[in-house]
Amino acid sequence: MQVLKIATAGSVDDGKSTLIGKLLYDTNSLTEDKIEAIEKSSKSKGYDYLDFSLATDGLVAEREQGITIDVAHIYFSTATKSYIIADTPGHVEYTRNMVTGASTSQASIILIDARHGVIEQTYRHFFINNLLRVKDIIVTINKMDLVDYDEEQYNTIKKDFMALAAKSDYDEQNITFIPISALKGDNVVEKTDAMPWYNGQTVLEHLELLDTEDIYTRGKLRFPVQNVIRPKTDGFHDFRAYAGKVYGEDIAVGDNIIVLPSMKKSTVKNIHFYDKQFASAPHGSSISIELENDINVSRGDMIVKENELPTIDKDLTATVTWMDSKALIAGNMYVLQHGINKVLAKVVKVNHTIETDFSGVESEATSLEMNDIASVTFKLNKPIFGDMFKENRANGAFILLDKNNNNTSGVGFIE
Amino acid sequence: MTDKLNVNPLENEAIHIFREVASQFERPVLLFSGGKDSITLVRLAQKAFHPAKIPFPLMHIDTGHNFPETIEFRDRLVEELGVELIVRNVQDSIDEGKVVEESGRYSSRNILQTTTLLDAIEEFKFDACIGGARRDEEKARAKERIFSVRDDFGQWDEKNQRPELFDMLNGEIEIGQNVRVFPISNWTELDVWSYIEAEDLEIPSIYFAHKRDTFVRDGLIWTSSEHVYKDDEEIVDNRWVRFRTVGDMSCTAAVLSKATTISEVVAEIRDSKISERGARIDDKRSEAAMEKRKQQGYF
Repeated sequence: MQVLKIATAGSVDDGKSTLIGKLLYDTNSLTEDKIEAIEKSSKSKGYDYLDFSLATDGLVAEREQGITIDVAHIYFSTATKSYIIADTPGHVEYTRNMVTGASTSQASIILIDARHGVIEQTYRHFFINNLLRVKDIIVTINKMDLVDYDEEQYNTIKKDFMALAAKSDYDEQNITFIPISALKGDNVVEKTDAMPWYNGQTVLEHLELLDTEDIYTRGKLRFPVQNVIRPKTDGFHDFRAYAGKVYGEDIAVGDNIIVLPSMKKSTVKNIHFYDKQFASAPHGSSISIELENDINVSRGDMIVKENELPTIDKDLTATVTWMDSKALIAGNMYVLQHGINKVLAKVVKVNHTIETDFSGVESEATSLEMNDIASVTFKLNKPIFGDMFKENRANGAFILLDKNNNNTSGVGFIE
Repeated sequence: MTDKLNVNPLENEAIHIFREVASQFERPVLLFSGGKDSITLVRLAQKAFHPAKIPFPLMHIDTGHNFPETIEFRDRLVEELGVELIVRNVQDSIDEGKVVEESGRYSSRNILQTTTLLDAIEEFKFDACIGGARRDEEKARAKERIFSVRDDFGQWDEKNQRPELFDMLNGEIEIGQNVRVFPISNWTELDVWSYIEAEDLEIPSIYFAHKRDTFVRDGLIWTSSEHVYKDDEEIVDNRWVRFRTVGDMSCTAAVLSKATTISEVVAEIRDSKISERGARIDDKRSEAAMEKRKQQGYF
């Protein structure tokens, strides 16, 4: 079974809902009762086309104000794949929502209005996709019908975007451009005759061919221990297995491992998934493992391969995106959650803020407001077992929790 | 034993969530309705902790209007699993005067369950309630988090939810708050059915086509029962039907069907032109019916 997670973001009126709606409609993913509801609502608003935002804007306040407030998840499937779209709104909490959507996505759709070309919002969206190392970017140049399907306009936008991409340090990223009209359905699911100069794929054709590899594929094996399984029942008296999810490369029976932070060595004896045993397990699998030696392992420990240690450190510098209306202030203390592991983190210094326009401008700061991105140095009460985010997406990110109200206030990417 | 494990991403995500619940909370409970989604949850919980038993009880909020087939099934499953089952009855909440039974044509005990549920959460001091809600079911549910915080009154603050990044789950709460946990958030109806088929899970017989006394109202097929209000003009017919969701008799409509095996059911779902909750009378009360109930503490 293949599941592809996609993030979409854009500014108001760029046709995002229409694009998603068209994808759902043309893949027969909208059932009759949902289409009826959309028709009814579109009619009552006086539109002469189907307003697909009803399929995505689930909250009363969203429908009242005609805006999307919160990330919505939309599902559709084809014969080859199941798709999960994280539809992230682009206003007040834009960075927070985009980062959230992109964090679980393998691909991202960036919408550009063909009449307006590359705008500041495009910069920000692309920057965040780079920051989060989203592998596949699909730049859909929408509303081509409103510029007479002009090839030159398409080429100009493409050139402007490529100039932006040249400033990115993420070389393995795949960027694809598709000229579309979401409203007319041009190049969304079906190829259009309106743009004979375009020989590429439609949006859906492109999605169908994308690799669904999990975002955790990259990097060395990391196995954070979630629970210790000790049934203490007849037949399982001495059974002791460590439950967790595999990140990075496969884990296999016979692997020589080391347990952090105790640094005790052992070998993988058995790999269990439910009532069966396996010789190896890939990234993304929630398994339990038995070790050859009787050593002390508990929740929060991390099992890695002997020669592939992460950085074990109490000093930490990371790129932080702030997501809370209460500012991050130098000197404050937060709970830092790295995977399943929690430590206390004191903000030693806000090194500098980072602009999302690829200008490279760095400004001094001592605090971070919502949507700000900055390099921040922390002092931890206990070491975490981290990797650089750019090298290991699974083990290079953490969230910051406000100790007073338990909110998830920020996200960090280890530098 | 020489094989490499083949990963179903949705299944593995759910197992990961179950394991976080077991570690991050002191008193979790699995809300069990006897429906296909909660049956799926039970299998996922088994997989998360095997060979140990599921480390938390199941709880059923019984409206007294359930299909008898569901209750029989529930009791049999619990016995097989050897886990504790807690049952709390809406009838008791009515008898205690906490809620008042609805009357009339569309009366149902669906909304009343919320009070019984919130009382049970308080009684047992549950800090995490695991439920089978899915984001594809309904538009308000599409906005749900996997760990969804409820305040002391059990209420959902939909406009002020914690962001969830990567697969990191923040279960930190204050005393009195609780978290609703949705391990199969990202599954679709078809994913659930395919899983039931692949795992060969037993499900209540009402999911398969059978002959039943029913009547038609508002284009939906209602069960004829002492628990369902019916006008004298509404004519009962014995029809071949099955149910796509298992709620109360008073809020779950049937669909015409001849599907008597899992594979026939899966084929039918695949071709269905109506969404699963299209046959939920409780959702039809208004465009925001689900959002309103969720704010008050509904499942």
